[in-house]
Amino acid sequence: MIADTQTQDHLVRQDEEYEYVTVLVGMQLFGLPIEQVHDVFIPSAITPVPLAGDGVLGLLNLRGRVVTAISLRQRLGLEMRLRGQEMAVGIEYGGESFGLIVDGVSEVVRLSMDTREPNPVNLNSHWARISQGVHRLPEGLLVVLDLPAVLDADTVAKAA
Amino acid sequence: MDDLLREFLTETSEHIDVVDLELVRLESEPDNMAILRNVFRLVHTIKGTCGFLGLPRLEALAHAAESLMGKLRDGMPVTSEAVSLILATIDRIKAILAELDRTAAEPRGSDADLIAELSRMAVAGHGDDEAALEAAFAAAEGPDEAPAAVAPSVEPPPAPPPEAAPPPKPGPAKAARAPAAKSSLADFEGGRQKAQSVRVNVDTLEHLMTMVSELVLTRNQLLDIARRHDDSAFSVPLQRLSHVTAELQEGVMKTRMQPIGVIWQKLPRVVRDLSAELGRAIDLVTTGAETELDRQVLEVIKDPLTHMVRNAADHGIEPPAERRRIGKPERGTVRLSASHEGGTITIELADDGRGLDIAAIRRTVLARGLSGEAELERMNDQQVARFIFHPGFSTATAVTAVSGRGVGMDVVKSNIELIGGIIDIRTERGRGTSFTIKIPLTLAIVAALVVSCGGQRFAVPQISVLEIVRVDSGSEHTIERIAGTPILRLRDSLLPIISLTGLMKLEADADRDEDDGFVVVTQVGRQRFGMLVDSVFHTEEIVVKPMSKRLRHLQIFAGNTILGDGSVVVIIDPNGVARHVSAVADTANTMIADVAQASGAESDLTTVLVFRAGGEGLAAVPLSLVTRLEEIDLSRVEWVGGRAMLQYRGKLMPLVPAAGIEDVPREGTRPVVVFTEGDRAIGLIVDEIVDIVEERLAIELANDRPDVIGQAVVRGRATEIIDVAHYLPLGHEDWGRMPASAAAPPTLLLVDDSAFFRDMLTPVLRAAGYRVIGAAGVNDALRILLSEDCVDVVVTDIEMPGRDGFDLVGALRSDEGLRDLPVIALAAYANPVLLEKARHLGIADFVAKFDRSGLLAAVQECLPSYGAAA
Repeated sequence: MIADTQTQDHLVRQDEEYEYVTVLVGMQLFGLPIEQVHDVFIPSAITPVPLAGDGVLGLLNLRGRVVTAISLRQRLGLEMRLRGQEMAVGIEYGGESFGLIVDGVSEVVRLSMDTREPNPVNLNSHWARISQGVHRLPEGLLVVLDLPAVLDADTVAKAA
Repeated sequence: MDDLLREFLTETSEHIDVVDLELVRLESEPDNMAILRNVFRLVHTIKGTCGFLGLPRLEALAHAAESLMGKLRDGMPVTSEAVSLILATIDRIKAILAELDRTAAEPRGSDADLIAELSRMAVAGHGDDEAALEAAFAAAEGPDEAPAAVAPSVEPPPAPPPEAAPPPKPGPAKAARAPAAKSSLADFEGGRQKAQSVRVNVDTLEHLMTMVSELVLTRNQLLDIARRHDDSAFSVPLQRLSHVTAELQEGVMKTRMQPIGVIWQKLPRVVRDLSAELGRAIDLVTTGAETELDRQVLEVIKDPLTHMVRNAADHGIEPPAERRRIGKPERGTVRLSASHEGGTITIELADDGRGLDIAAIRRTVLARGLSGEAELERMNDQQVARFIFHPGFSTATAVTAVSGRGVGMDVVKSNIELIGGIIDIRTERGRGTSFTIKIPLTLAIVAALVVSCGGQRFAVPQISVLEIVRVDSGSEHTIERIAGTPILRLRDSLLPIISLTGLMKLEADADRDEDDGFVVVTQVGRQRFGMLVDSVFHTEEIVVKPMSKRLRHLQIFAGNTILGDGSVVVIIDPNGVARHVSAVADTANTMIADVAQASGAESDLTTVLVFRAGGEGLAAVPLSLVTRLEEIDLSRVEWVGGRAMLQYRGKLMPLVPAAGIEDVPREGTRPVVVFTEGDRAIGLIVDEIVDIVEERLAIELANDRPDVIGQAVVRGRATEIIDVAHYLPLGHEDWGRMPASAAAPPTLLLVDDSAFFRDMLTPVLRAAGYRVIGAAGVNDALRILLSEDCVDVVVTDIEMPGRDGFDLVGALRSDEGLRDLPVIALAAYANPVLLEKARHLGIADFVAKFDRSGLLAAVQECLPSYGAAA
């Protein structure tokens, strides 16, 4: 069999560049891999789902699709506050639509792997669980989010 | 060409195409376990199907390829040599398939070269003995040695290929399949005409369905707007649009629905072939084959079900010798049933085999490190049993060609979860294993009631809603509390109430009384309960969208939907809510059992429903036989061929006047006593419901009238005790003839010291087609058994004065000729001690005294040859 040359693309190379959509929670900058971001929208009329817990704010109607709204704040173990100025990042994951509710959406940045570091060892456990590493930027640190970890329920046992 | 073979060819070609693609993907992503598992599963399916169709070459090839893939799955590195070799095998399979398509028979030839190569690589990868042995075995397997049991049922005359092979190009070419098939059909002059149907890609149907769903939503929005501006000139065309949409929706839904029996068709053969192969006698009993399911859902559960039936036969049912030894009927039974319940499709698969070896599962779980020791200690047996759904889990010590590679249950579970369903297992050592699959209404359009509680709106599927009752302290219906548990008195029954606000931990509105609002009376299976909500809005057609995986663990929700006004609401799952109610219901049942026990001790204290029909005379029927009481409007009655029918819960229920009423009146309202048996119901029209009383009945049997069992004194008045068994066949002509296929009816010996119970159960059993002999005690029973050798099943009460039911069974078990006679025990209540004792004595089933349908099911189970006819 002919080896697939594309295999190489899956390996992390130091000189490779990644594009991130950056979002804000409080003053902290987070990066979402751009290929996983579907769209950005203003969340409205979120229907809460009773007993959902674990960061699930509820469900909302985005152009006729039902989107599960996840609060990044809550996933980070921060207190929830809705000021009505939140933004949402639309993500397709596991065949479903999610809206990650954040305080604000900033620009798209292109970063090279050589500014990326693993999670600091003393990082808060809530954060460490859902981040993949940290980029050193002149204006501050950018935490790279591990989207599957953000979106998956890790504490709720699945009903067998 | 055999239909089965044709279907196999189409399906396998599709699978092979996927395998081809996936293998190539696997080569570039060697660590992607999901791909590997998928390929493994597909090849496993191909292998299994080949085995049943008697295609030894294909089976041997697939088996060898699967062995190698098993190694890869267990951690052997994925090399391109391995992938090439598997691909070469796939190519060979394709070549054989093409030949099979042309000649309807497997071509001669040998695959020893490929098989040897595959086995060599599997051995080289791990070098363990099992693989080496298997390799030697597989290599020696010549193409001529078909597995002894599998008789190829392929018709020899070579038919022209009915269908072109699927286009080799994957992806976009798929959509072009239907036209391609058509043109190739046209090319065959004289080719047999196919049925009046076209294969349509499921994606196309799916898309159509999505579009219709959107159309429905848009229509709802328009209607919503029109409601607010009623002078609109749009209203007439809108009405038309609404009609067309409804019809279109129905049509599209119809294209997607198929009875589940379609995918069961192959199973009897699967079981038959397996029985022969394994040397076991296995009956497959299916019920509810007519239950309709979404085509896509069917497609997804088809393979899992086949796997599970195969597993049940292979691992569940013991060899006949073993069954004989432990006092079970020699023939094992695999029972498959489907039903539509509270907006959910429930599929149940049960075997009466040996059950799962929980100890072995615990050991394996520990050995594989799937759970910590302490954690495992805390789990009960049912929780441990669920580990079989874990990927790669298999406790089977021997790898057979039939099953036992750890493929299966994990795949089954993920397939079912894919469509938003859940699967659970119950197992009892020595008694069997049963799987329950619940598939929620996915992608279906249903009518739903929009309610609100705690300031939020929810949808409740209308199918499970019986009625809505307004409750208000101070009005006719008031919620009362027993030990804090809310209860509603509704006509003649007590309805357990569950507050949705409380259940969902919503904040109650401080201004309102928590017991004010509306009770949505709901029925799930046999359980009835009321859901208390704050208000009820309207009914709306909704498109059920599955719940996100993140929320699927919330069993009280079935999904979500977008309402006409564009807002998202969550759909309540009555099945899930019912589970929360069961705490209440369990208590109630215990109370009933206690009462029953007390009445048993008091001998013959029976609750009867007293009514009047024609004239002043009173009649009565034991309340345990009555399903419901209804007041019906006679103008709603429809007359079909001179028979009165009533649309009742989505079905037609025949109405029969009680003896004494000359004819069914055409107007006014009348009370109706509803009896049900399985999914059939009959309504007995009476003049007046008089009372419900508890009475010690001494029945004087009447032989002159078929409609009464006899007379008894109830509340000091002579009352006729009616024979329900007389009325049942009046409504459904085939009611009494279900097991009529056999020449002589099976004979039951009914042992009970209470004459009332004997007289009560005898007509029920007779109506089901059995011959019944009564016995008043153990000595009586033994005398009959020894003198008559035609008794097929013994049904005995456990508690009897003097020698009890256990004594009887003990006596039977020690008698050479009667040792294997199946016994069903009747008891007013059951406790673990009794159950243990019953199991020890090899009693086939334990049935509550009032559970008529349970008794009939148990009897049928003991007589599998009669049950199989159903």
